[in-house]
Amino acid sequence: MTAQVYDAAVVGGGLVGSAIAWGLTRQGLAVALLDEGDVAFRASRGNFALVWVQGKGDGQPAYTRWTRFSAAEWPRLRDALGEATGIETELHQPGGVHLCFSDAEIEERLALLERLRQGAGNHGYEYRLIQGSELADMLPGIGPKVIGATWTPYDGHVNSLKLLHALHRAFVSAGGRYLPNARIAAATARPHDFRLGTPSGEILASRVVLAAGLGNRALAPLFGLAAPVVPNKGQVLVTERARQILPLPTTFIRQTGEGTIMLGDSKEDAGFDLSQSPDVMATIAARAVASFPWLADLNIVRAWSALRVMSADGFPIYEQSRTCPGAFVANCHSGVTLAAAHAFALAPMIAEGELDPMLAPFTAARFDVPAAA
Amino acid sequence: MFRLRPEARATVRVSVDGREVALPEGASAAAAVLAAGLAAIRETPVSGAKRLPYCMMGVCFDCLAEIDGVPNRQACMVEVREGMTIRPQRGARAIETDAE
Ligand SMILES: Cc1cc2nc3c(=O)[nH]c(=O)nc-3n(C[C@H](O)[C@H](O)[C@H](O)COP(=O)(O)OP(=O)(O)OC[C@H]3O[C@@H](n4cnc5c(N)ncnc54)[C@H](O)[C@@H]3O)c2cc1C
Ligand code: FES
Repeated sequence: MTAQVYDAAVVGGGLVGSAIAWGLTRQGLAVALLDEGDVAFRASRGNFALVWVQGKGDGQPAYTRWTRFSAAEWPRLRDALGEATGIETELHQPGGVHLCFSDAEIEERLALLERLRQGAGNHGYEYRLIQGSELADMLPGIGPKVIGATWTPYDGHVNSLKLLHALHRAFVSAGGRYLPNARIAAATARPHDFRLGTPSGEILASRVVLAAGLGNRALAPLFGLAAPVVPNKGQVLVTERARQILPLPTTFIRQTGEGTIMLGDSKEDAGFDLSQSPDVMATIAARAVASFPWLADLNIVRAWSALRVMSADGFPIYEQSRTCPGAFVANCHSGVTLAAAHAFALAPMIAEGELDPMLAPFTAARFDVPAAA
Repeated sequence: MFRLRPEARATVRVSVDGREVALPEGASAAAAVLAAGLAAIRETPVSGAKRLPYCMMGVCFDCLAEIDGVPNRQACMVEVREGMTIRPQRGARAIETDAE
């Protein structure tokens, strides 16, 4: 088999890899997108599909800004993908709420949002506590146990499977080459000179982007990089379709464009385990019914679990290799939200060969805790 | 198109979109829909396509009906009972927010 030469090889065809790969083709690069396949853990196929800003970036204002930027660019992403593929990603950004069940919860939430507002400085950060009849008007049938909700104007949701489909289609129609069932296990890495073995031949590229989700942990060291990410399980329940009733998404309940209501989502450190557990499912359902008692009448028609790609502090990892420049790593746990930033900002930086200093807080070096003396 | 087998003892009477049909004990509400000869029992919520029961084993959801006032039930998973009322499911179900 003859080697094929590309300007960039992107490893991982989930939301992160396909957004970057499409972004690179928009910069005029010849790009190969290599994906392991259905045996992999694939967060991009099991997420909750929020484009979410509220509450993110505590202790790291750069993450709040990056998230805000991506949410603001999402309408452009929807339009560009719609134009390129005809696929409607169903973006709705009416703002979003987080439901609170106690005074302590409200207090904690308001303190968090105030820290984020201060961290945002001149950028501003709008939020509000909504209660009483205003809350009842905003969210039909809200339960009496919900005593307040924090609202921010930046949030929304999409159809994340359509997003993934659209990114792949746009990438291929822009001339990108998608190679499924191409698990990368070994590579030769020299500065700006990378060789990756795949079942359809060797891929040569002057740039390589590691966007293999949980697979990055093993891949990164081959390129002089580090990706200390671990799985974090989330279980999701989905109801039968109902007429549109929820005008805006909440952090753990949202109604899709087709009418189903998604109930999320747990956060479990369970390793590489995709099993579903009745106790967790019951907790999710009970919290949902406490939020909106009318949910008790609806049947659950689907349920699944998926693994988040988590770093120790929950913030993304973006870095170029120092020993093998041209190799980049990209990991995050909000690949839906950040899809616009990845396609429109990160990909151009990678094409240029340098990450903007705004991403400096996201190198993996932050996890290297010096041993105590 | 569908007929009961000649040896069937059709003793359970139900109403399917206003038509009276009799089915043997243990038959499903979806069988009643087919026996009643309707053109469709549901219209899909997204495109409005018309559907009749198809798989008869709980996987395709094409048999959704309002059964005794409860919307979106899979008729193939429900046994007929004397006096049961089966009505078409048109689009997505409504939600009663003031329900207890
Ligand atoms: C329950 C849950 C809810 C979530 N909710 C939201 C949300 O509401 N909003 C939001 O923004 N985000 C959400 N997320 C996060 C979002 O889904 C992830 O951030 C995103 O999917 C990560 O994308 P990824 O491409 O990095 O990883 P993945 O989707 O895991 O993709 C990685 C890809 O790399 C491939 N791969 C792995 N190893 C190799 C290898 N060695 N060689 C080649 N290919 C390889 C795999 O085949 C896979 O396709 C949620 C996640 C979960 C689990
Ligand atoms: S006929 Fe298929 S689910 Fe009932």
